[in-house]
Amino acid sequence: MTAVELPRTATPDAPPARPGGLFRTAWTFPQAKIGTALTLVVVLIAVLGPWLGPVLTGHTTTDFAGKPFKHDGVFGTDGLGRDVLTRFLAGGTTLLLYAVLATVLGIVVGALLGMVAGYGGGRLDGLLMRGNDVLLSFPQLVIALLAIAVIGPEGWLLVLLIGLTHAPRTARVARQATVAVAGHDYIRAAEMYAVPRSQILLREILPNITGPLMVEIGLRLTYSIGYIASLSFLGLGIQPPSADWGLMINENRIALVVQPWGVLLPVLAIAALTVGTNLVADALASAAAGRKREARA
Amino acid sequence: MTGLILRRLLVSVLVLWVVSLLVFVATLLLPGDPARAILGQQATPERIAALQHQLHLDLPVWQRYLDWLGGLFTGDLGTSTSTQGPVTALIGDRISASLVLLVVAAVLATPLGLGLGTWSSIRRDRATDQAISGVSLVIAALPEFVIGVALVVLLSTTVFKIFPSVTITPPGEAVWRQPAQLVLPVLTLVLVVTPYITRMMRATMNEVLDSGYVEMARLKGVRERTVLVRHALPHAIGPVAQVVALQLAWLAGGVVVVEFLFRYPGIGQALIDAVGKRDVAVVQAITLLIAGVYIVVNLLADVVGILADPKLRTEAGR
Amino acid sequence: MNAALEVTGLAVSTVAGSPVLSDVSFAVAPGEVLALVGESGSGKTTAGLAALGHFRRGLAVSGGQVTVGGVDVLSLDIGGRRRLRGSTVAYIPQDPALSLNPALRIGLQIAEVVETHGYEGSVDDRVGEVLEEVGLPSDARYRRRYPHQLSGGQQQRVGIAMAFACRPAVVVLDEPTTGLDVVTQALVLKTVRALTAEHGVAALYITHDLAVVAEIADRVAVMYHGEIVECGPAVSVLRSPSHAYTRRLLDAVPDPGATSVPPPPEDPLLAATGVSVSYGQNVVLRGVDVSVARGECLLLLGESGSGKTTLSQCIAGLTHSYSGTVSLAGTGLAAATRHRTDEQRRRIQYVFQSPFSSLNPRKTVAQSIEVPLTQLTSMSRSERRARVGEVLDRVRLGRALADRLPDQLSGGERQRAAIARALVTTPDVLVCDEVTSALDVSVQATIVELLGELRRELGMAMLFVTHNIALAGEVADRIAVLQGGSIVEEGPVRTVLDSPSHAYTRELLAATPRL
Repeated sequence: MTAVELPRTATPDAPPARPGGLFRTAWTFPQAKIGTALTLVVVLIAVLGPWLGPVLTGHTTTDFAGKPFKHDGVFGTDGLGRDVLTRFLAGGTTLLLYAVLATVLGIVVGALLGMVAGYGGGRLDGLLMRGNDVLLSFPQLVIALLAIAVIGPEGWLLVLLIGLTHAPRTARVARQATVAVAGHDYIRAAEMYAVPRSQILLREILPNITGPLMVEIGLRLTYSIGYIASLSFLGLGIQPPSADWGLMINENRIALVVQPWGVLLPVLAIAALTVGTNLVADALASAAAGRKREARA
Repeated sequence: MTGLILRRLLVSVLVLWVVSLLVFVATLLLPGDPARAILGQQATPERIAALQHQLHLDLPVWQRYLDWLGGLFTGDLGTSTSTQGPVTALIGDRISASLVLLVVAAVLATPLGLGLGTWSSIRRDRATDQAISGVSLVIAALPEFVIGVALVVLLSTTVFKIFPSVTITPPGEAVWRQPAQLVLPVLTLVLVVTPYITRMMRATMNEVLDSGYVEMARLKGVRERTVLVRHALPHAIGPVAQVVALQLAWLAGGVVVVEFLFRYPGIGQALIDAVGKRDVAVVQAITLLIAGVYIVVNLLADVVGILADPKLRTEAGR
Repeated sequence: MNAALEVTGLAVSTVAGSPVLSDVSFAVAPGEVLALVGESGSGKTTAGLAALGHFRRGLAVSGGQVTVGGVDVLSLDIGGRRRLRGSTVAYIPQDPALSLNPALRIGLQIAEVVETHGYEGSVDDRVGEVLEEVGLPSDARYRRRYPHQLSGGQQQRVGIAMAFACRPAVVVLDEPTTGLDVVTQALVLKTVRALTAEHGVAALYITHDLAVVAEIADRVAVMYHGEIVECGPAVSVLRSPSHAYTRRLLDAVPDPGATSVPPPPEDPLLAATGVSVSYGQNVVLRGVDVSVARGECLLLLGESGSGKTTLSQCIAGLTHSYSGTVSLAGTGLAAATRHRTDEQRRRIQYVFQSPFSSLNPRKTVAQSIEVPLTQLTSMSRSERRARVGEVLDRVRLGRALADRLPDQLSGGERQRAAIARALVTTPDVLVCDEVTSALDVSVQATIVELLGELRRELGMAMLFVTHNIALAGEVADRIAVLQGGSIVEEGPVRTVLDSPSHAYTRELLAATPRL
């Protein structure tokens, strides 16, 4: 969306851009390293936590380890006497799974729609984009709330809702990138040789819009995590007695003064995860923009 | 130009209509009979039939839609199944509180974001810019409730105890009588929105400051202040209006989480309550309201964009 | 020598440290035009902007001096340089469409310079005066126009008016005619010439076009890789260049007087009859007839907007909303390429204008060249591979480059790869759409030469579409001149060049700069 106009200085020694070099270029930015580190730490907790928790503390997420707000163990117990550390370690798995699924759904559907609209043009493009306008006129969270009110807080519904509300946003980006690519003569050349449309989309266009799509993946993952955690926090996502970070924050915030860890640990984890993925997305965006600059030089 | 604006207006009306259709259809998917849900399992078939008639559930779908749509225009939004009162009254009590929150946050965040973005762009690649960009990147990633909880920890409970963490004013009373309770909700929304406006303003200004016409203005010997005010800033109006509008419209959605977090007596909290209680009439009304705000603000942004572009403005004759 | 602008030992490098200019020295006397010649990336714009004490983002001076009217520019602070810019030294940019502020009326943009530097008379009168000097209307209505309401040539003249508004001592012109058609270019050059002579202004004229140099410059400095390799009076540099690079540049300039043998007329292999195209109110082609015989090369000449690209796309099946017929060896062709047979697609091939756009950046050269074979023939994988190797040899690109990506090739190499793709199915007709216009001058010549050789070797018919009349003698047997969507003149090359019958052709020939 920000087509950054770059200085028209000629850089004769600019190294040629290579495919797959996007990640290598992105890695040269400090935010990529910090972001990856943050994301990895939280992902490790989320993946290993459910198994690690009981081993470390000897408790499960739902057994009553002791009296409410007891201060033994590492981080003590919550208002119901459940071990905070165990619940924290187990609380990221579902969130992460749902967020990844929603992101994949959103990117696949959105990229397909955007590419078809951007390359097909004409009436199809108009129709898809007007439909997009309608979907875009609901805030994502509100559309999710409407559906949850009707159907109820089901896991599959969360994934479907967040994923499908991402799709029009990704479609916009994919369409814009596709329109830029479709204007190139190599697309004309492929048409001239009667290359089937599906192959033009997949072999000529898709490889040339991976840059913006990578950025979208990072961005949509950040938002997926945010929305799913928010819904759980509102009590409308992942339901008790599951251990979940969003839910934990809601359950424990009343007792913030007595037992701050029940709130602080999940808040820090969600913050680290979203900041991490967003930093990676930003590094990818900078790398993609830089690559565009080289292509123009 | 007028034609362009009219066409844009028509699109908005159309979108709003389709949105109303979607919101209405959503309720049809509701499993079970709303009349039974209201009256409970012990209700006699006669009473249910009577209520169905009263709620017009015995009419065909299209007629119910038209009635509902008509109700929207006449201010009749139906009956809440949980309070048994009219939805209009429920929303009426709370809408002013939400508007106060929105307007105060918008009034603070917009100039702050535009200022920081411009400053960042002028000091491009220096320490100021890097600090502003870095901080806005981090904050932009955080979900609203994480920011809100962090503020509660910092300013209301664990670290400092300056501002109240919950709102005590009940729905229907003026929230601004106790300004302290507004501080944390407003601050949260400002922190949520400002980074986006800042980043967009910075990107737009960078683009404009690198343009051929700004270079040309400098090569004409024009003063740097004039370059900025006359040559650069006007070009940022169009694109930035879009983003600001998007953010303000987005506030309308973000307000939901923030109101819930601070127990703020606005429509957002009412929405969460209603979703929890499956009170569909209320959910319908508030969803439509938020979508309406969203559409209107985006329309305004597009109009500003059209007015700011001399190419579109001079096409008046066509 | 009392030079108005003197640059001595100027060195500029990127912030990262790689040199952009090294030891650049030149001087321009009042009333003199010095042409600074070089290809894109040679550093000529950087040298030109240094005269105003301006360096683009990421560049920094690492040594040398710039003196304007005795003032050492580089030792001035920001304020000092600002007072100099626009008043003593003015700049005329390459692309007026990018350099005029699209949101401000042109009158204001000119008045701004005058006001900024203080003017004792009426600013309004001065704006009117300077608009008239560049041959534009000076009335209030015209001044209230926005840049997008002017043509490219008018925009550039507004840029010139802006530069001369404060009666500067030095003017830097950065390729001011790139992107303009030859007729407008001739007009702009005349204006610049007149204004510099009249006001005794020292002009630094940056260009890559030696023919323009011959037209306007008193002296020439040739730049190559950030250094001045040759400097001297225009006449002697153009007549007897001493540096190898200058000779290469000169050889590359096409000469409209070159000879070629007209072929005997034959039945047309490719014929377009009564082709008309219009988009709404806008008529692009009005019933055009062209034909090319076996082994013949027809040069389709026209300015931008004449409809020449549309016509060539109709022939290739890329534009399908036209009326009229295109036939190959007597058989009518379907409008859209998708409705033509594989054999028809194979026989007509098309080379696009810009090799930067016509090759997929994510496909290797070999993969791109293989596409027509995969689509249009039933060759096996190994046969295709062998054929790609052959055709790469044929376009003198070499098999070693087969697995490179377009990014790793130069502009000339890319265009060879694009030509290879068109030749891989051994077509009967090759349509070349402005194939040299995206390339540097010295590369253009080699591509034109290659196409000529290939045509003789393979006996193809060729439709060579261009705006450059100078190429005519080099490649073509016949010329068809397209203006405003109609063919206004057609005939053998020699006849058209020596005795053009249509006024438009004469105008084009007169406007084309020559060495």
